[in-house]
Formats: sequence, structure tokens, C-alpha cells
Amino acid sequence: MKRFIGFIKKEFYHIFRDKRSLFILFGMPIAQILLFGFAITNEINNVDIAILDHSKDATTNEITNKIAASKYFSIKKIVTSEADITSVFKKGHVKAVLNFEKDFSKNLIKEHKATIQIITDATDPNTANTISNYVNAILQQYQKEQNKEIKIAYQIVPETRMVYNPELKSVYMFVPGVMTIILMLVSAMMTSISITREKELGTMEILLVSPLKPFQVIIGKVFPYIFLSIINAIVIVLLSIFIFKMPVQGSLFLLGLESVLFIISALALGILISTISETQQTAMMISLMGLMLPVILLSGFIFPISSMPVPLQLISNIIPAKWFIIIIKGIMLKGVGIQFIWKETLILVGMTVFCIALSVKKYKIRLE
Amino acid sequence: MSITVSNISKSYKNVKALQNISFEVKPGELFGLIGPDGAGKTTLFRVLTTLLVANEGSATVAGFDVVEEYKNIRNSVGYMPGKFSLYQDLTVEENLNFFATIFGTTIEENYDLIKDIYVQIEPFKDRRAGKLSGGMKQKLALCCALIHKPKVLFLDEPTTGVDPVSRKEFWEMLKRLQQKDITILVSTPYMDEAALCDRIALIQDGKILEIDTPKAIVKHYPKQIYNVRATNMYQLIYSLKKYEHNHSVYPFGEVVHYTDSRTDFNPKDLKLYLESNDLNNVEIEKTVATIEDTFMELAK
Repeated sequence: MKRFIGFIKKEFYHIFRDKRSLFILFGMPIAQILLFGFAITNEINNVDIAILDHSKDATTNEITNKIAASKYFSIKKIVTSEADITSVFKKGHVKAVLNFEKDFSKNLIKEHKATIQIITDATDPNTANTISNYVNAILQQYQKEQNKEIKIAYQIVPETRMVYNPELKSVYMFVPGVMTIILMLVSAMMTSISITREKELGTMEILLVSPLKPFQVIIGKVFPYIFLSIINAIVIVLLSIFIFKMPVQGSLFLLGLESVLFIISALALGILISTISETQQTAMMISLMGLMLPVILLSGFIFPISSMPVPLQLISNIIPAKWFIIIIKGIMLKGVGIQFIWKETLILVGMTVFCIALSVKKYKIRLE
Repeated sequence: MSITVSNISKSYKNVKALQNISFEVKPGELFGLIGPDGAGKTTLFRVLTTLLVANEGSATVAGFDVVEEYKNIRNSVGYMPGKFSLYQDLTVEENLNFFATIFGTTIEENYDLIKDIYVQIEPFKDRRAGKLSGGMKQKLALCCALIHKPKVLFLDEPTTGVDPVSRKEFWEMLKRLQQKDITILVSTPYMDEAALCDRIALIQDGKILEIDTPKAIVKHYPKQIYNVRATNMYQLIYSLKKYEHNHSVYPFGEVVHYTDSRTDFNPKDLKLYLESNDLNNVEIEKTVATIEDTFMELAK
């Protein structure tokens, strides 16, 4: 036990004396969560638009005011001719232009029909789509208000309800994903690097020629990272609760346990990587290419798994992160208990046991 | 016997690193492995410290088999690899403490063993190991290898890259450790250090050329060696190598060690020959063979 404590003490010295690993451990999680939370988002807020109003009557004024009053748009420019539209787009001042036809009110009353053209800058297709949807929604709303007294023969009224994330905040989607990435990064990459560093610097040779048993060396190496990863997980959850006002519907205790399970599975992967790589560089490359990319691309964090081609869907099953994201989304957003996520939990446990068994088998008690 | 090695062979892919090596080291002996880089010294150390398994042959260290009972060996030997292998980001004291702890002991417990060495680095005990000078690093590494009072100490080229004064000190320490009943197997590429060992094995290309005490090895040298001197060293070596009766020509500091292939060699003939080759101040005198001469002769 004394040996073990001595070993762990040494590991902490390594971590706290290396500025780079300190940064990866603590700077990265906070930077990532803030970046994903604030900067990278699918929502639109205060998008600059321009108005081209050919009629300038009561109705167009009313609609323009309605749009300006919404928090989604702010009217940056009033243009006067079709030719100006191209020029404002080219300058990049606005993302969309609303073009009211001539005699808007008159047409509306006389012909019960008037047109408004929504021109969007589709260099960013997602935003363009969202903008046109939002404008449409505002127009529909306006129409409804105007037609209150008039009876229409029949009407289908879609009542959409977005559950679990009614405000469609993208940060709710990113927090589980970023938490997964960070735990993976800290646990798998940092352990694999720290074990291969001993190989590279030759200290592994001395550790081998000592009474320390292989499992003592491995547990000693990963233990500090379990501890630091748990701290990271706590920091991320606190940030998301207090800065992004993200609710945690389910049990915090269960969330903690599942996170520890995922941390251990990531550590097992890290150990596995360290048994097959000889240098820190290789370990880092394998961790980044073999773990980070799949976690970002195939775990369902950014791209929905259901819309992937079948082969990729199959591959996504062997990525622990996929299951962990399902689990924490369930706990944080839906508030489910273990009875709904036992299958995913069991899969994670299985993967962890498999990786640990494999790395114990692959761990070399000699140099070759 | 502290170490027995019998018919050990080890190959990496196409390279035969060790070929049929056998020797024994007595308890309390300071045994030297002398040979150039790539001779197989490190491989032999790794076989004996249980880091590698030999392809053929067997070996025991402190009475334990290197393959079957490797765990016992790892408890009872001290190993100092050729490459500096301590934690550079830990201080002198932290390194020493760490190695004491993993061997289940404390610095205080075996302080008398390392005292002579440790007092020299103690003023720097709060300095990070990576910031020490070459000699200091080696002293610290020796302390770390000694802290658990090993029965057998393996030192792989402990003085390579260390200044002459520190080298001398280092060997004095080894001599003192020997008094404390520690068997020491040390390797070095420096021939002058060989003379300080009890017995040495000359090793080259994975084969042992000879095993004996340094004095006996020198006596085995079959020829009379002459020191040859002249003003122009380069021209001297060139002329000697061209000389039809030469047996060996090796530059040796400021002189050239020369042996002749004839039994009735007369130095005056050589002097005349050299002077006819435009060499000035030619001096030829008898000298005794060194371990280096022996090594060169055996390695021929």
C-alpha cells in the first residue's frame, strides 16, 4: 500500500509540473464547454436583415415592425431598389432581405393575396433555412391575428411540442457531447501518453526491474487520472447548470456513477493504446485518430446516427462514447432512471472489462 | 556464485547480439564487461536483469533463474541502465524517496550504504534531476539503484559521458561498495577502467574474447610492444602501416604502439626506415601491453 501511495504521489508530481498536461487537463474542458456553449450554435439571434418595401403601406409597416420586434432579427438596412439587394449581400452586411411587392395592402384586400419575397444568403445553408422558417412563422402568426373574425371552412392546426428541450437550445445537445469528448481526451490520451513516456525515457526499464507488479504500475498510473477526470466531470456539470441554466432532470448520483464507468472504460482504452505504442507521439496520434475522431463524428454527438449510412451505423456501436451520450442525455434531459438505460450501461461495462482484460494480457513484463 | 551465465545466445531479427556466452561472477566480486559499442553488453545486462529472455542457454542471478524466478531477481538486484533513466521532473530527493518506497524501504534505513555518494549530491537535493550535470546524474542513479541494498548491482556503462574526475570518484565508490558484500557487474567501453575490476571479460560482436584478471590478460599479450614517436604523427602512422614487417600499428595518445612480425626485430632497422621516409626526431622504446592492446590483438 505504501508503495502504491508513493507511486501515486510521483504521478501527481509529473502532472502538476508539466504545464502542457495541466492545460489539457483543466484549460481545455472549460474552453471547450464555453466555446460549444456560446459560439458554436444552431440557434439564430439578432440576425441582420434588410427590407425592400415597394408599397410602404399600413400592412407592410405592421409586418416590418413585428419582425423588428422579434429577438431573432434586427433590421440593419432599408434598401430602395432590386439592384441594392445584390450589393448588400455582396458586402455581407445582412443574411436576408424581405421584399414586399407593390401595393401590398391593396392586393391583400382586393385579391386576398399578396406576395413577400424572402431572399436569404445560403452560403450557410442551415442558417438560411432557419431564417426563412422563422420569417414564415412570424407571417403565419400575423395572418392568424388578422383573420380572427373570419371563419374558414376547415383548418388543420399543427400543435408542435418540443419535449425535453422546449426552447431548442443547442447547448443542451452540446454539453453531453463535450463532456464525453473531454473525459475521453483526459482519460484515454493522457494515460496512454503518461505510460508511454515511461517507456520512452527508459524509466519503465527500472520499474520492471523492481518488485512492483504490472497491475500496481498500471493502477498507479491511471488512478490520478480517474481522480482528475471526476473533477472535470463535476466542473462541466456545474458550468452547464450555472452558466447555461441547463437542468439536470435525473439523479445526480446516477450521473456520477455512469460518468465514473465511462472514465474507467476510457482509461482502459488508454492503457490498451499504451501497450501497443512505443513513443508518446504514437500514443497521441492513435488517441486522436482512433478515439477523438470517432467520438466526434460517429457517436451521434454532432451528426445523428440514424441518418448515417448503414456501415457507419454499425461501426458506431463499438464506440463507447455513443452509449455514454445516450446515457447522459437520458439522465440530464429526460430524467430517466437506471431502468431505462441499463442496456447501455451493461454495454459500457462489457467494453470496459474487455479492454482491461486485453491490456492486462498485452502488458509486457519484459522489454519484448 | 552470484551470477552464472551458461551458453547464452540472443538474436534480434538478423543480428546475433550474444553468441554462446558463459561466465561466472563470485560473490563480492567487481566484474567488468569490456567492449566497444554494439558488442552486446547492454543485451547481456537485460538478459540478466530479466528484461529480455535469451534464445538459448540459462543464467542465474543471486541463485535465481532469470526466466523462471524473475520475480525474486527483481526484488534483489539493483539496475542502472546505460541511458539516464530517472524522473527528470522530480527533484533529487523525490527520486530517491520514490525508489526507496517502491522497494519497500526508506532512505534512513539504508543511508549508510549510500552516504558516501549521497553527501556529494545532497547540496542539490531540491534540484530537478534533469538539471543535474552528467556526473551528478550518475551518482544519483547509483544511489537509486542502491537504496534497497541489492545483493547484485548491474551498472551498464555508468561512466559514459562523465568527466574524468567524476569517473575516478565513481570507481572509488564502486570499490567501497564491494567492501559491503555487493556483487557488481559493470560494463564500460573505457579500457583504463578495466584495470580497476577484479576480473574482466573482453567482449566483441556478441562473443567473449577472454576472461581473466586485468593483470593476467595483459600478460597474455604475445608480442613486445614498442612506443614509436616522431614529429609528424600522421606521416608516422602512414609510414608504419606501409612497412612490410608490421604486425600491428595503433595510435595511442601521443605515441604509436607498434609490434613487428619478425622474431629477430631490431628497432634500429625501423628507425632507419622511418628516417628515410622524411620523419624527424624518431624515438623507439619498449613498453608493456595495456588492456587496450590486448583487446585490439584479440579482436583482430
